Amino acid sequence: MFKLLKRKSFRFDIRHQNGFTSIAIICFIFLYTPIFTMMVYAFNQGDSIALWEGFSLRWFVSAWGNEQVKDSALRSLIVAIFASGISTTVATMAAIATTRTKSFRGQNIVYAIINQPLMVPEIVTGVALLIFFALVKTVTGYAGLGFLILAHTAFCIPFAYLPIRARLEGMDLILETAAADLYATPWKTFRLVTFPLLFPGIIAGAMLAFVISLDNVVITELVKSAGQDTLPTYMLGQLRRAITPEINAISTVLLAITVVILTLFYLLNRKSE
Amino acid sequence: MRPDNTTNHEVGLPISEVIKTASKKQEQRRWLLLSPALILLLLAASGPLLIVLVYSFLTPGDYSGVIWELSLDGWIQVIWQRDIFTGSIALSDAHLRILLRSIKLSFLTTILTLIMGFPTAYFIATRSKKRRSLWLFLITIPFWTNLLIRTFAIMEVVRNEGILNALLLALNVIDQPIQILYTDFAILAGMLYVFLPLMVLPIYSSMERFDFNLVEAGYDLYATRWRTMRRIILPIIRPGIVAGSILVFVPSLGAYVTPRILGGGKSMMLGNLIELQFGQGNNWPLGASLSFFLLALTMIFLLLYVRLTSKSAKSHV
Amino acid sequence: MKQQRSEIAIRIEDITKIYGEGRGKVIALQDVSIDIPENEFFTLLGPSGCGKTTLLRLIAGFEHPTKGKIHLYGKDITAYPPYKRKVNTVFQNYALFPHMTVAENIAFGLEMLGKPKKETDETVNEMLTLVKMEDLKNRQISQISGGQQQRVALARALAPKPRVLLLDEPLSALDQKLRKEMQIELKRLQSETGITFVFVTHDQEEALTMSNRIAVLNSGKVLQIGTPREIYKQPSERFVADFIGETNFLKAEILGCANGVASLTLPSGKTVETNVQKGFSPEGTVNIVIRPEHATVVEDPAESLLQGRLINAVYFGTDMRYHIELESGETFTVRIQNNPDDKTSTQFLGTEVCIGLHKNAVQILKD
Repeated sequence: MFKLLKRKSFRFDIRHQNGFTSIAIICFIFLYTPIFTMMVYAFNQGDSIALWEGFSLRWFVSAWGNEQVKDSALRSLIVAIFASGISTTVATMAAIATTRTKSFRGQNIVYAIINQPLMVPEIVTGVALLIFFALVKTVTGYAGLGFLILAHTAFCIPFAYLPIRARLEGMDLILETAAADLYATPWKTFRLVTFPLLFPGIIAGAMLAFVISLDNVVITELVKSAGQDTLPTYMLGQLRRAITPEINAISTVLLAITVVILTLFYLLNRKSE
Repeated sequence: MRPDNTTNHEVGLPISEVIKTASKKQEQRRWLLLSPALILLLLAASGPLLIVLVYSFLTPGDYSGVIWELSLDGWIQVIWQRDIFTGSIALSDAHLRILLRSIKLSFLTTILTLIMGFPTAYFIATRSKKRRSLWLFLITIPFWTNLLIRTFAIMEVVRNEGILNALLLALNVIDQPIQILYTDFAILAGMLYVFLPLMVLPIYSSMERFDFNLVEAGYDLYATRWRTMRRIILPIIRPGIVAGSILVFVPSLGAYVTPRILGGGKSMMLGNLIELQFGQGNNWPLGASLSFFLLALTMIFLLLYVRLTSKSAKSHV
Repeated sequence: MKQQRSEIAIRIEDITKIYGEGRGKVIALQDVSIDIPENEFFTLLGPSGCGKTTLLRLIAGFEHPTKGKIHLYGKDITAYPPYKRKVNTVFQNYALFPHMTVAENIAFGLEMLGKPKKETDETVNEMLTLVKMEDLKNRQISQISGGQQQRVALARALAPKPRVLLLDEPLSALDQKLRKEMQIELKRLQSETGITFVFVTHDQEEALTMSNRIAVLNSGKVLQIGTPREIYKQPSERFVADFIGETNFLKAEILGCANGVASLTLPSGKTVETNVQKGFSPEGTVNIVIRPEHATVVEDPAESLLQGRLINAVYFGTDMRYHIELESGETFTVRIQNNPDDKTSTQFLGTEVCIGLHKNAVQILKD
C-alpha cells in the first residue's frame, strides 16, 4: 500500500490525460452491452426479449426451421457471392489500371465514379436505383434477382477497390522490373509476380465486399421486387410485428459470422505484414 | 509493362515512335481494364442519379411513378406546401420539422461521438503495440456488424421492458418505465451507438502516427497537460478529427434504418421522408427532389471537409 | 576541490531504474550516483542500451526512478513533473512542432512560463541571433534543413534560460561535416551561456573533444567518471579502455607496489615501473593496457621491453601502424607518427622487431 502511494506521488506519465481512460472504458461498455444483451436473450427459453426464463436453444432451432428465414438467408448468400465475386474482379482490374501510373486524363472523374457509392447517401442511391429499375422492369418485363445483384455489385466496388489498391501501392515496383529483366513477358510477370503478391489484398477486398453485401439493408429494401427478401430486409419486416427471441438468434448467428470473417481478415493482414 | 524495344528496333522504327506506340498501348490497356468497373458503376450508381434529377421535375402519377409533364411542385414541396383548396403556398411545418430534426440529431451525434471517440482513440493509441491491435479489433467488431443488428440491439436496451428502464427502476430514479423508444432521444442513442466506431477509427489513425516526443518537448518547455493537449496534440491530429466528424455527420444526415426502427414512424428523419414518397406518400417527384436536396447538403459538407483538410495540410507543409 | 568552489547543478543520488516486472524485467540503471557542477560540459558516454538516455530522461522528468533521488541546485526534484523542472531537452529527432513556425517553436516555452509578449519577442530574437537563424524566423519547420532544425531545437531549449540543458545525441542525425561544425557551435554556446550541459553520445571522439568531464556507462552502471584526459590515459576498466580509442591488452605480474608506483613483469620477462592511482594496490596477475602511440619501435635491443615479428604495416597518412606478433602469440599495435622523409617499411615485414615503451605507458586495470 505504502509502495503504491509512493509510486503514485511521483509518477508522471507523459501519455496520460485525465479521464480519458474512464471515457474509453465507458465507450467500450456502451459498445458491447447492447450486443451482449441481445446475444444473451437469443438463448432465452421464454418468448420475451426482456424476461429471462432459462437457457434454451429453441430459438435457434425455430429460426433454422423457419422457411422464410432459410429462403431469405439463401438469397442473401447468392447475392453476396455474385456481388463480391464480380465486384472484386472488376475492382482488381481497375486498381491495376489506376495505381502506380502517372496521372492520366480523366483521372479525377474515374476516382469520383469509383468512390461514388461511398460519398452519396445510401438512401439516394437506393432511390435512384428504384426509379431506374422500375423503368427497366416495365420495358423488359424482367423482375429477377439480377437487379439486386447488379445493385450490390456496383455498391461493393469501392469497398473491394480500396484494399486492393492499398496493397498495390505498398508493393515494390522493383520486383516486377526484376522479373522483366529476367525475361518474363508482361503477362508472365503479372501471373508469377504481381498476382501472388497482390493476392492478400484481393482476398481482403473480396471479404469486405462480401460483408458489405450481406449487411446491406437500405438499397435492398428499395430495389427488391415482391418476394425477394434478403435476411436483413426480412428482419426489418419482422420488427414491425411482435418481436420474439428468434430475431436475436438470427442476429447472433450473423454476428458470429462477422466476427469469424473479421478474425480471418485480421490474421491474414498480420501474416502479410 | 516494359516497352518491348528489341522487336521494334529490328523493324527499324525511330525511338520516338517506339515510345509513342508504347504509351498509346498503355493508355488503351488502362481503359480496357477500367471499363468493366466503370460500366457497372455508371449503370447502377452514377447514371440513375441523372434519372432522379429528371424525375424531380415531373408530375406525380396517380398510383405510383410519374406523368411526363414538367412541374416544379416536387422542388417546391421540399419545404413549402400548397393548400389544396386555395392553392396558396406556405412553409410546410412537417417537412421543416423533419429537416431541422435531421440536422439537429446529426450535429448532436457528431459532437457526442467526438466527446466519446477522441478519448477512446487516444486511449487505444497510447497502449503498447501488442495491446493496441486488440483494442482496435474491439472497435472494428461493432463497426463491421450489421447496422440492423446494432440498431436492433439498442432498441432492446431502450424498450419499456429493456435494461435501461429496468436499471432506472432498480435505482429508484423512476417508479414506472418511461417511454424512450420512438423518441428523438432513442434515435440519438441509436446513431451514437452506430456511428461511434466511425469517429474512433480516423482519429486513431492520426493518433497512431503522432510522435509523443512532441508531447515531451511540450512538457519540457513548461506546458501543462491541458496546454499540451490544446497547443500540440489537438492541432496535429486535427485532420483525423475532421475526417471522423464528416464520416459521422454525412451518414447521420441520410440515416434511414436507425430512425425507422427507433423513431418508429413518429420521429422521422430526411431518409425516412424520402422513402415515404416512394411508398405510402406516392409522390415520386417530391422524393426525387428531396433526394437531390439531401445529396446537395451532403456535398456541401464534403466540400467543406476537403477545404478544411487541405488547409490544415498546407499549414503542415 | 573544484566541486567546493562551484555549486553542484545536478546531483544524481543512487538512482536505479527498472522497467517491467517479473521475468520481463530489465534493469536500465543500477545504483548510479553522479555530481555535475555548475557551468560544466558533462558527457554521458556509452554504447546503445547502456542507460545513458534513460538517465537523461530521468533528469528531464519524462520517467521516474525506481529508487534514488535527483537534485537540481540542492532541491529534490525527483517527484516534479517535467514542466516544473528548470531543465530543457534537445531531443535526438529534435521534436520540433510541425504546425508552428521557427519563431513560434522558440517562443513556446516562454509563453508557457507566462512571460510578457514583449519579453518573449526579445528573447526569441536574441536566440535566433545566438544560433544564427535570424533570416528563417517565419519559416515552417518542414521548410528548413536538418542542420537548421538542429539550431532551432537548441534555440527553443535555451530560450527559457534553463539551469541545465540536456542534449540527447543531438548530432547523430547530421552528416560528418555539419556535425563537426555543430560540435564547435555547441562548445561556443555552452561557454557563452554558462549553462550546464549534459550531453549524451555514443561517439567517443565527440565526447573527448567536447566535454569537461565524461561518465562512461555500460549495462546500466557508471564505470568511470573523469576528464577526457583521465578517461583516455588512465582507463580503470577493460571496457573503458576498449571503448575509448585503440589499445593493446596484455597480462602482467605485479612484483610490488609502493608510494603510488607499481613494478611489474611483462610477458617478455622484462620489468617496468608505472604510476597507479591513489588507494589502488594491485596484486598477482593483472590486466594491463598500452595505447599504441605510447609504444615505439626501437633499434637498440637493450631498450626493448617487448619483442615480436612484424606482420603488417599500415599507412594512415599522419602515422603508421605496425602490427607485431609477440612471442606469446598476441598481436600488439604500435603507432608511430610519420615524418617528411619516411620510407616504406614493408621491407621489414617478417623480421623481428623490438618494442620500447614511453614512461608510464602501462596502465593497470582494476578488472
